[in-house]
Amino acid sequence: MCLAIPARIVELEGDRAVVDAMGNRWKAKTTLLPDAKLGDLVLIHAGFAISLVDEEEAKKTWQLIAEINDFRDTPNKVSG
Amino acid sequence: MLEQIYKAQRLMDAACEKMGRPINIMEVCGTHTVSIFRNGIRPTLPKRLKLLSGPGCPVCVTDQSYIDSLLELADRDDCLIATYGDMVRVPGKSGSLETKQSSTNVKIVLSSEDALQLAKDNPDKTVVFVAVGFETTAPATAVAVKEAAAEGVDNFCILSGHKLVVPAMRGLLSEKNHNIDAFLCPGHVSVIIGFGAFAEIVEGFGRPCVVAGFEPLQIIEGLGAICQQLAEGKATVQSIYTAVVTKQGNTTAQKIIGECFEAADGYWRGLGLIEKSTLKLKDKYSRFDAVRRFDISEMPAEDKSGCRCGEVLCGLIKPPECKLFEKTCTPDSAVGPCMVSSEGTCAAWFKYGRERRR
Ligand code: SF4
Ligand code: SF4
Repeated sequence: MCLAIPARIVELEGDRAVVDAMGNRWKAKTTLLPDAKLGDLVLIHAGFAISLVDEEEAKKTWQLIAEINDFRDTPNKVSG
Repeated sequence: MLEQIYKAQRLMDAACEKMGRPINIMEVCGTHTVSIFRNGIRPTLPKRLKLLSGPGCPVCVTDQSYIDSLLELADRDDCLIATYGDMVRVPGKSGSLETKQSSTNVKIVLSSEDALQLAKDNPDKTVVFVAVGFETTAPATAVAVKEAAAEGVDNFCILSGHKLVVPAMRGLLSEKNHNIDAFLCPGHVSVIIGFGAFAEIVEGFGRPCVVAGFEPLQIIEGLGAICQQLAEGKATVQSIYTAVVTKQGNTTAQKIIGECFEAADGYWRGLGLIEKSTLKLKDKYSRFDAVRRFDISEMPAEDKSGCRCGEVLCGLIKPPECKLFEKTCTPDSAVGPCMVSSEGTCAAWFKYGRERRR
């Protein structure tokens, strides 16, 4: 639950932002990262940007999230 | 990349040789646990290097009494419970929030802001935000509380189950029978608290602390760095997650936590009472404290299910040592929180075991 998700700030008004991660868009706030600017890549956690992040690191984290989701979604039943 | 892996493996081998006994490294964080299983890291480690999964998942460490209090609040007609999705399946005395969901009093939110909005949209109900998590989620709660105060949203309150990572590590090391040689420290918690925060553990207990990211190479290199320290007889704080973790962390977030909360003694599942390990609202904001509003008792609750999550969380037993593991306790019908949470140690072992058998 503490895994933060990298996303790009695509709209920003005051501390209210809309962020985008691989086409998914949602609302987030930049209250905890007051210097964040439009277009920045940031780590989002529980609806808040908590740090800047670079392109390369963002890609690695997206990859990891895809893997973890895959891990979660594998059926829970013990087969045979 | 292979060169880095080999280097880390050499460091691990050297440390095992040097120490001449098993080495126990605790990964504090549930996301590390999942990534370690997912990427098949365990089988690549030297036999004598053991990984212990720690109290790193906020769902797992939340005390039973907290869950029971929530379930009681969920039964009230005048309350709405706003919770992160992770918490809804944790079983309590009388079912789980999920089974209450039918009563429409339980709403899943993605952030504290959504919970505050829910309060604004439902002025005739009291919205109780299930404020759980470590230093990563605490600032989000603090922002919402401050906004509620500024805007006079008096039907909003929080049940704080927020916990602090470093005091938990201190608590574990203060136990006489612990067997922890070093810590692999959580990545995103450290974004907030900064790697400097682990100095206390290094200085007070002489245990190496290395902050690593969640991808496999980071984890392997982090283990290598820990082993290097152990072999050299050193204990320092190190961060190899330089992409996002700084020494001082996110000071804005720390300041906001400090404005709203103070550290208080509190109960953890498995670890019991730990000094100054939980966050309680300051007096200034006490009117947003569900504990005061509903006069909730904070005594730990007894858990009679036979679940051994407590010992799992302290690294004392591995999940298969629990009699219920895979028998009555599975992710589909979980007895304890470590099986419920997607980052829980028992859930990770369950899935890993299954993959191994294939
Ligand atoms: S990042 Fe934090 S909450 Fe998430 S699993 Fe790790 S320690 Fe737990
Ligand atoms: S297997 Fe289930 S009952 Fe046993 S410790 Fe884990 S969660 Fe608890």
